[in-house]
Amino acid sequence: MSHLLEVKNLDVKFDTDEGRITAVENISLSVDQGEVLGIVGESGSGKSVTAKSIMKLNPGNTSYNEDAEIILDNENVLQFTSKQDLKKIRGGKVSMIFQEPMASFAPAIKIGAQMVEQLLIHKNINKEEAKSISINMLKRVGIADAEKRFNQYAFELSGGMRQRAMIAMALSTMPKLLLADEPTTALDVTIQAQVINLIKDIIKEYQMGVIFITHDLGVIAQVADHVAVMYLGSVVEKGPVNEILKNPKHPYTKGLLQALPDINNLDAPLSPIPGNIPSPLDRPTGCVFRTRCPHHNPEGKDGKIEMKLIEVEPGHWVDQCGIKCGQNG
Amino acid sequence: MGDNLISVNNVSVNFDYQENFISKKQKIHAVNNINIKIKKGSFFGLVGESGSGKTTLGRAILGANKISSGNVIFHDDERDYDLTDMNKQDLKEYRKKAQLIFQDPYAALSPRMTVRDIIAEPLEVMKITNSRQETDERVRDIASKCRLNIEHLRRFPHAFSGGQRQRISIARALVSNPKFIVADESVAALDVSIQADILNLLKQLQTELNLTYLFISHDLSVVAHVCDVVAVMYLGHIVEMGPSRELFKNPKHSYTKALLSSIPSIDPEKRSEAIELKGEIPSALNPPPGCVFRTRCPNPGVDCKGGEIKMGLIEVEPGHWVDQCCAL
Repeated sequence: MSHLLEVKNLDVKFDTDEGRITAVENISLSVDQGEVLGIVGESGSGKSVTAKSIMKLNPGNTSYNEDAEIILDNENVLQFTSKQDLKKIRGGKVSMIFQEPMASFAPAIKIGAQMVEQLLIHKNINKEEAKSISINMLKRVGIADAEKRFNQYAFELSGGMRQRAMIAMALSTMPKLLLADEPTTALDVTIQAQVINLIKDIIKEYQMGVIFITHDLGVIAQVADHVAVMYLGSVVEKGPVNEILKNPKHPYTKGLLQALPDINNLDAPLSPIPGNIPSPLDRPTGCVFRTRCPHHNPEGKDGKIEMKLIEVEPGHWVDQCGIKCGQNG
Repeated sequence: MGDNLISVNNVSVNFDYQENFISKKQKIHAVNNINIKIKKGSFFGLVGESGSGKTTLGRAILGANKISSGNVIFHDDERDYDLTDMNKQDLKEYRKKAQLIFQDPYAALSPRMTVRDIIAEPLEVMKITNSRQETDERVRDIASKCRLNIEHLRRFPHAFSGGQRQRISIARALVSNPKFIVADESVAALDVSIQADILNLLKQLQTELNLTYLFISHDLSVVAHVCDVVAVMYLGHIVEMGPSRELFKNPKHSYTKALLSSIPSIDPEKRSEAIELKGEIPSALNPPPGCVFRTRCPNPGVDCKGGEIKMGLIEVEPGHWVDQCCAL
């Protein structure tokens, strides 16, 4: 069976003044239609870079490895170079929702005009049709007074409403894949709950594939079917959401879960993961997590074990060094 | 009065607002008639959505916002300070005793000053120390308490990660030996693994240095973990207040209940149990009359009586206060 999206052995490197930075190393992921893949990890773990690679939105100093493939709908996105091809993925087959909707809308152009503009680029329709599609979409995402909002600017909308408008805009071209990069992080919990429910409804209705990036494991538990846990550019553990959250194997996943304050268990102490995430300029060799790993697996500590995911349960993959460390703790 | 450090009595803060120069001047009621007592050595939490007035109240208690009515009393060992009636000299003294930790450790530290200069600045500005040697001693002392290395002091903030920067901000706030700290969303910008570290540090410093905190946050699970007493704010009013365990185990106000149920559960099998609140927080320019939560209340008509019930807290259990509209 072919997946909607399949990322194979992807490396992403940036050339900077300080040297070549490995932002993402050897990542393989897949998303099916109607499925939500959650990517979790701390800042600097390469979540956004991975998502942006799918739309080829990374800056000019980016280099991809030659044997990497990003297969979307049977086409390798990484081979796309012409404007025509890129247009197909940017906003056509793939849409993206960002964290800060205020920064994503042009401040001096009315929201409606921005929605119509992208529809005219991607669909073969006239302005009137584009306007009615946009207004219907605004209504669909729960914006009251859609006709009025259509003629307003981004600053006139509240945070939650702006995020709804952003979702409406991303969905109006009917993409096959939606990339949601921390879409609820800037919102209040009550609004976050509304937006999460909206995204879930829409996925069901349109049967699209979704990559949902967040650092909040609670949000992941609510929306995702599968989860990939990233640390410093590598996937350290991936599998079905139930497995990962209830039966984590990798010490990093365990650490993230223990660091999370749980409102149902107030007596549990908060245990931080010691140390800081290393700079990508001096990325550890071998297991990337070894500098902060609380369980000193001697071989892993020297960096002699290479990163490699191993299937421990059907569909549940864990980095091989992490399996050993995980058994110690 | 003996064991309270701060008494906030009927405090309201209004801001003037004029949409453009010909329109009528209006008042924004940011904080309305707040009464709280913060006990010495307690970790007092203030939660609520954005726009609920948490930060305005925090700043009012620090004397950084003008208080429109009511007063705030700081009970020091020797004397009380009334924030609404203070001369410059008193304000200077008060500043040494009450300090603020900000949300964003990337914006709060000057990129052109070394860590040592950042931490030493309050000492110099407030003329607390008399010689450079004395200043250095205090800086080193507080830095080690905040788990910063001595070598770090010579570096600039850009060399540090978010968690380390937040420790620098904490050291700067504590260097003048304050008694009272307002921590405004101080862990919101940090990753979870680092967040736990900073929360543990704040707790540890509290016992070591005898601090009292006002901890402002929108994250209920964090507040539940660290705070002794919690007040829930909505649209400038406190709608519920009580010991944190009691309040989170046994919430009475429908807003608190909705907030608690909105926290995404870490258990994938417990999906969509959230009591979904319709709409958004109304504008503080014209808040709904009566109970301010009426417009979004998931069970209205209980006995709101169309806004006839005025806002006011009632004690339902010892120390547990709930707004009367929901308590009745």
